[in-house]
Amino acid sequence: MQTVEQKELIKGGEFLIKDVNSAQIFIQEEFTEEQAMMAQACLDFLNKEIEPRLEEIDQAKSPELMRNLVKKAGELGLLATAVPAEYEGLGMSFNTSMLLADYVGMAHSFAVAFSAHTGIGTLPIVYYGNEEQKRKYLPKLASGEWISCYCLTEPDSGSDANSGKTRATLSAEGKHYIINGQKMWITNAGFADIFIVFAKIDDDKNLSAFIVEKGFGGITMNEPEKKLGIKGSDTRQVFFNDCHVPVENLLSERGNGFKIAVNILNIGRIKLAASCNGAAKKALEHSVRYAKERKQFNTAIANFGAIKEKIAKQATLIFVNESAYYRAGQNIDDCIEAFIANGMPEAEAKLKAFEQFAIECAIMKVFGSETLDYCVDEAVQIFGGMGYSAEAPVERCYRDSRINRIFEGTNEINRMLCVGTIVKRAMKGELNLMPAIMEVQKELMSGGGDLRFDNSFMSYEKAVLKNLKKATLMTAGAAVQKFTTNLQNEQEVMLNLADMLIQVYTLESAILRLEKLASIRGQASVAIQADMVRSFLLEAADTVYISGKNAINAFAEGEMHKALMGSLRKLSRTEAYNAKEARRRIADFILEQGKYPF
Amino acid sequence: MKILVCIAHVPDTTSKISFVENNRKLDKNGLQFVIGPYDDFALARAVELRDQTGGKLTVLNVGTAETEPTIRKALAIGADNAIRVNAEPTDAYFVAYQIAEVAKKENFDLILMGRESSDYNGGQVHGMVGELLGIPSVSPVMKLDLNGNVATLAREIEGGKEYLEISLPFVAGCQEPIAEWKIPNMKGIMASRTKPLKVVEPVPVEMLTESITHELPPAKGACKMIPADEVEKLVELLKTEAKVL
Repeated sequence: MQTVEQKELIKGGEFLIKDVNSAQIFIQEEFTEEQAMMAQACLDFLNKEIEPRLEEIDQAKSPELMRNLVKKAGELGLLATAVPAEYEGLGMSFNTSMLLADYVGMAHSFAVAFSAHTGIGTLPIVYYGNEEQKRKYLPKLASGEWISCYCLTEPDSGSDANSGKTRATLSAEGKHYIINGQKMWITNAGFADIFIVFAKIDDDKNLSAFIVEKGFGGITMNEPEKKLGIKGSDTRQVFFNDCHVPVENLLSERGNGFKIAVNILNIGRIKLAASCNGAAKKALEHSVRYAKERKQFNTAIANFGAIKEKIAKQATLIFVNESAYYRAGQNIDDCIEAFIANGMPEAEAKLKAFEQFAIECAIMKVFGSETLDYCVDEAVQIFGGMGYSAEAPVERCYRDSRINRIFEGTNEINRMLCVGTIVKRAMKGELNLMPAIMEVQKELMSGGGDLRFDNSFMSYEKAVLKNLKKATLMTAGAAVQKFTTNLQNEQEVMLNLADMLIQVYTLESAILRLEKLASIRGQASVAIQADMVRSFLLEAADTVYISGKNAINAFAEGEMHKALMGSLRKLSRTEAYNAKEARRRIADFILEQGKYPF
Repeated sequence: MKILVCIAHVPDTTSKISFVENNRKLDKNGLQFVIGPYDDFALARAVELRDQTGGKLTVLNVGTAETEPTIRKALAIGADNAIRVNAEPTDAYFVAYQIAEVAKKENFDLILMGRESSDYNGGQVHGMVGELLGIPSVSPVMKLDLNGNVATLAREIEGGKEYLEISLPFVAGCQEPIAEWKIPNMKGIMASRTKPLKVVEPVPVEMLTESITHELPPAKGACKMIPADEVEKLVELLKTEAKVL
């Protein structure tokens, strides 16, 4: 009898101290025929309903247009992916919903309305609603009959979300909470039926969350905000004036709102990396088309090295980004499954799994949004003067990209979050960071840290990766020793450490994807992917070095400084590699294909 | 009401086509395959008619196992069951013969397909199927309404339309705007996994034609722009370079 091999469960944040085998990770090339059909259906919908209306959507003359488009997506089941089947949803795996987010990401303002409804608008009820609340709201949210929005941010409460001033007080008869306050940047507010509202009950320290129906009354709103980008996304200030919410519409327990807010944002973060990738692929496609069409000096500009380099770098970042978020997505799915198998209720299992991978979610939010920003910036550059014209499609790509580094937790908050969480877990003993740091220190003191590799496939790349992990551990260890618990107040150093972590995680994901892909298809058929991994590796090593140097300069002096810098140089060393030629090969391939083909 | 829709498994219309084996065979490497676009319209109308009459909709493809994702897409769009005749579709007669063999056993009231496939564009299969079954066939049908056992059809003809009435059973080669093509919904996609897909072996048929070679259209040459006020230069170039005058 064949024995079923139990998948080794990977813990969040462990990537820094553990070697992962490529057989353990999921790569998108493993999506099933059914998942591919879903993605294609999603793409067909976007091409049919959204793409021809981009201009009309951005003009935002009436909120009804977006509402109808979201509803149409609902008719295809696209809003129901994360809703369990017992509430008329589809109960799909997290990675399937990420695959769809990847496609929807190309849809500009529609993507924002879609994500706000399916993510922060619906998930609080999926994960924290009681049975009655789920029965009442989820079927209608899954079908698009009702549209939802999420009211957390206030004029004086953004990143510091728990400081909101909106108040809920119990009415004299004890049957209602009366909500008063002001919320801002509320996506979908203009046409929403359901408002997930965060407010403090009386003088509570922590927020509570409420499901508020528009019909409850006492809700007014301003005209839509005029924004730099995502102009078609209906974003407004919302005012609650004696809004009477039945007590049974309190979500979860009193005082649980901040936890709900944080956990729901956590899920949104990694999905944002996926939707950014969809948008980045579109920017690359525009870049490729224009570079082939536009002639200067009697030749298509696609023939110039300067343009090829941009196209290759765009494609490479896209490849690395998707390698990492699908890997993390599967880790989350596996973790959910394991928790459920151990008897945990499904909703709780999902929340715990996302919490477990909070570090990876934060990493991906940053890397995904910065990948997109790079891609749109270079797309405008490839278009030259034309790219600055509102008639060029990349102008919209450029404007719409910028918000991604701000919402769902700014990239600064997310960088600090991933470092803070790792340190916290190490202190609690949940992550064996300290022994790993001590081991690196010991190795370095005895003159170790050289690159050790052989001629086998990916041996060199893995050796570099291993050293970059050590460089990160060394720098983080030295910073923790220097600042101890005060590290959180040294934000600049936290940001440096986060950049090291981000490079390590994404580089490892790309290496593992390549290795697994080569084991399936053979090395010869993954030559372009190998070029991408190797050229990214050079940049990752440089970023680790520069970030490490900035951190070390900020806290070390004299002999200590000298020793740390010597080790950092050694650990971030790479062999000679002609990245220019690699990028030309990548660009030539992408230009021939006409779009991102992987 | 039993409806049969025949679908072709064809390269996506935006594919770059190339040939192998001395231009005898299509290079399928890297190509994405779809339901023939005209068949897609036929399928969409068939789903509506099935829903309207409460009948059963079967989808059929003549092809090897690699066409199954395309067949499952048709199931996802709304067909109730599928039949795959396990053979390489070599020419129109072969395909029509296999369809007719299946149809003889099943007694369909209505057999729909695209007016032509988008790979070889022969536009012959519907006519042959009608002939082999001894029932009428009409093409290209752009409107199809049912009233009991009688259908009203609109056909595109040169410069206008022809309306006709026809009794069931019959074969129709369809084109837009017979129905708006449908995107499968997520539930349909999930359900398609469990809908029956029967594989039958082909019946032997005499090979009437054989494809010898293929030729791609010549690559587009570079475009030369001549300023509007230099007509003489244009004429000169048309004579000496393009050699069309």
